[in-house]
Amino acid sequence: MSKFLEEIIASLPYRAPFLFVDELEEINNNGSKGYYQLKNDEYFYQGHFPNNPITPGVILIEIMAQIGLVCFGIYLSKKKIKNQETSFVPIFTSAKVDFLGPAFPSDKLKVTSEKIYFRFNKLKCIITCLNIKTNQVICKGEFSGMIIKKNHFGQP
Amino acid sequence: MDKIQIQNELKEIIKVYVPEKEILENLTLEHDLINDLKINSAHIVDIVLDVEEKYDIMIEDEAIMKMGTIGQAIEVINGKVQEK
Repeated sequence: MSKFLEEIIASLPYRAPFLFVDELEEINNNGSKGYYQLKNDEYFYQGHFPNNPITPGVILIEIMAQIGLVCFGIYLSKKKIKNQETSFVPIFTSAKVDFLGPAFPSDKLKVTSEKIYFRFNKLKCIITCLNIKTNQVICKGEFSGMIIKKNHFGQP
Repeated sequence: MDKIQIQNELKEIIKVYVPEKEILENLTLEHDLINDLKINSAHIVDIVLDVEEKYDIMIEDEAIMKMGTIGQAIEVINGKVQEK
């Protein structure tokens, strides 16, 4: 992975156990591609479900949003506001998805995002999640979000 | 194209994004898109894109800030349509 892509991951505001980007393969003006390897001991498997671990749909959405919206959005925003030490707050505004198959502990997921538009700081994409182990598309849909500079968000 | 026509067309465009459709029955120029019509601010971008496509115009970042009320939105659209 190039240094540039590593820096994008490093600039994500998430940390374990809620950082869901291992690797970015590519980011350009049209989209992003990346991977997340589900671990056997992810915290959510404790309850979803006891003795029957299946990755929750909301977690799949989060993985897709982190790779397909937030990493991609940081890339697009960085190009707009160069040379500025800014901390970003990503805001998730909507998702409309279909779940098409399961993901189990130790499965590796590939997320591919394609831009629909990036206007007025809002990014909307079609994002697809492929379970590499089964070679099945397990979730696909439209996601949108905004990236706002922290001081604009009115946080204490 | 007159402003009444734009108003009617704009009403159709925003309909999808207005959670309480009853408000649209008595829509006035003073209605504020976010505060009165309760449109999610993230959807203002979608409305602008729908408007751009409908009228084949381009709305810049500065113009979107001026589109607070229905009346102001009509003014912006009308201005852009006249420029064409």
